[in-house]
Amino acid sequence: MLRFILGFIGALFAAVLLISFFSNLATYFQNPPAPLAADEFHREHKEVHFASDGPFGKFDKAQLQRGFQVYAEVCSACHSLKMVSFRELKALGYNDAEIKKIASDWKTQVPSINPDTGEPATRKALPSDTFPAPFANETAARAANNNALPPDLSLITKAREGGAAYVYSLLTGYRNADTYRDEKGRALPADAKPPQGLHFNPYFANLNLAMPPPLVSDGQVTYADGTKPTIDQMAKDVSAFLAWTAEPNLESRHAAGLAVAIFLLIACILGYLAYQQIWYEAKRAVRVTGALEPENQAKSRRAKAKQGVAG
Amino acid sequence: MSFHWAKAYEPKNSFMRWLDERLPLPRLVYGAIGGGYPVPRNLNYFWNFGVLAGIFLTIQIITGIVLAMHFYATTDGAFNSVNQLIMRDVNAGWLLRYAHMNGASFFFLVTYIHIFRGLYYGSYKAPRELVWMLGLVIYLLMMATGFMGYVLPWGQMSYWGAQVITGFFSAFPLVGEPIRVWLLGGYAPDQAALTRFFSLHYLLPFVIAGVVILHIWALHIPGSGNPTGVDVKSERDTLPFHPFYTAKDGWFAAAMLLAYALVTYFAPDYLGHPDNYIQANPLATPAHIVPEWYFWPFYAILRSFTVDFILPAKLWGVLAMFASILLLFFLPWLDKSPVRSGSYRPVFKRFFWLLVLDVLILGYIGGAPINWWRVALGQAASAYYFIHFLVILPLVSAFEIPLPLPSSISESVLHGETKEAAPLGQNKPRRGSTATAG
Repeated sequence: MLRFILGFIGALFAAVLLISFFSNLATYFQNPPAPLAADEFHREHKEVHFASDGPFGKFDKAQLQRGFQVYAEVCSACHSLKMVSFRELKALGYNDAEIKKIASDWKTQVPSINPDTGEPATRKALPSDTFPAPFANETAARAANNNALPPDLSLITKAREGGAAYVYSLLTGYRNADTYRDEKGRALPADAKPPQGLHFNPYFANLNLAMPPPLVSDGQVTYADGTKPTIDQMAKDVSAFLAWTAEPNLESRHAAGLAVAIFLLIACILGYLAYQQIWYEAKRAVRVTGALEPENQAKSRRAKAKQGVAG
Repeated sequence: MSFHWAKAYEPKNSFMRWLDERLPLPRLVYGAIGGGYPVPRNLNYFWNFGVLAGIFLTIQIITGIVLAMHFYATTDGAFNSVNQLIMRDVNAGWLLRYAHMNGASFFFLVTYIHIFRGLYYGSYKAPRELVWMLGLVIYLLMMATGFMGYVLPWGQMSYWGAQVITGFFSAFPLVGEPIRVWLLGGYAPDQAALTRFFSLHYLLPFVIAGVVILHIWALHIPGSGNPTGVDVKSERDTLPFHPFYTAKDGWFAAAMLLAYALVTYFAPDYLGHPDNYIQANPLATPAHIVPEWYFWPFYAILRSFTVDFILPAKLWGVLAMFASILLLFFLPWLDKSPVRSGSYRPVFKRFFWLLVLDVLILGYIGGAPINWWRVALGQAASAYYFIHFLVILPLVSAFEIPLPLPSSISESVLHGETKEAAPLGQNKPRRGSTATAG
């Protein structure tokens, strides 16, 4: 009886699913959904290599310093980095005095109170502070950016599919919507062209984003180490820097991972040998008795020959 | 414990004797996982996954307790405490968090293999029905714990996952919406939901540990099953758990931990979703809301109901999703075949592999963005899921002619030999032993 009831329930679910199945197919073939320009013209991020990629990846400190310079001179005008402290810049190769100076020279000051009056005030940043945000709050950020909110960049490479390669692709991916042709040579349909105040970029999920192209000309920053500041180089450097802000412990993670993997591999091999040793007799008790099996006969002959037992 | 030849505990020194007389804890451990628990000698590696699940539960509890010391269960603080405090400032906090994140995935992975082992070898059949059902209770508790744990970092997927999953309850007419509001402590996930999820996420693993004890207790009454499904008949069929299976579990655990370490250290975010690195925002819905991978098959079943047939489609989906798990409780009575092991059931075996494929398809569909053919495939796969358990399985068990079973475990291991030449440990080459006959 129980099985009949359960069988009936199963058949009922299956029947409703089949109705759904056919109605889904009917809808699809009667009114095929129109392809969306955002799907058709959206491009996967470019293939680009960073020093931190791969299981043995390490950060390129010179590149991180250059990328930090691009953030400081370009991105930080709109984007906050609120999870990163100045003191963490030590990982980029700056010494304590340099970090102190970077913090106190930072263009935005830290909200504070006047110690005498208690009135709101600001003070210079300290190494222990996180990077002060360019806007006091979301409303101020939106008001200054055509009602768009510049996202915080602390975790941006972990918060986007493709990570640093996506950031790099986006920064170098701006195109003129009127003259753009995709790899099949198709022009952008009129309704997909960016509305007033948005900018066309095929690497962005819905093709049009509020951020104007931030890197517009070679030499926009002047690198201290003499690297030629092309748009491509600046984009790559700042992407590498943002990979560091999102995952500052990457190097120690890779190093620890290697040690743990080697330890476990040895443990695994030793454990396997111990297992073979412990099971030797239990398995042999089985094998040797299979007297007439040719495999076992050969085995016992070999064993006897080895031990000099007549047989 | 289970067989009369199980060795009794003998204290090795006076302290253990003193302890054993007052509190027989050493006796309990010896009888459960020591030399006092005889185990069929023919287990294959699929029998290692129960122990592995126990190891991952332990890892989750230990890493979780330390993470809780640094976690702020507030809507303002949760995201920062995870991504700024724990990931950057706590000593080895990144390791704890990645170990916990991926530990959950590995816990589910080994549990799924454990469950499918049970499905293939008929581990749910008499006399182990309660072992199976307690296992399902553990699985349900794991799902609740996993879901609530995913909410805690308060990222976009956390928030919207909580919104969608608690939204299931609102599918029920009349009582649904009040239940949802009661569970969340509000009309949408907010501070009340976060704090209670944190509290329950801390509590449930200990409930799981308790049910695990019941699961093992119930298992040790009939003893472990085995790949032939034939009952243990004599001492020759078994080996003591220690050292034989501790050694086998030991090296295999190291191998599994190696796989776990490789993911944790070198691809920690591979199994996660990028959107969960964006702080929860009730005003911005992510483009694709997907749960963690271990819920994908059920999510696919939920989304497969697209037609309001008498009941609303959403209610059908929710009912089917709950039913897809609850039906497993009835498995001992749906599959009446007296043969336990799928190895001796030619028809059952084919349908079993079809089910594995079906669940893999459902998993893929549940995780991928929807389009017309994925929806259609998911609907067909969901239908097969129910038909498999509720129609095919009872019919197969009624009509199938199984293959002949070995008469005992040792016979199956002896490849047709009728007896062993010598008892364990005495098998030294001797003059005139049976082997010389050749």
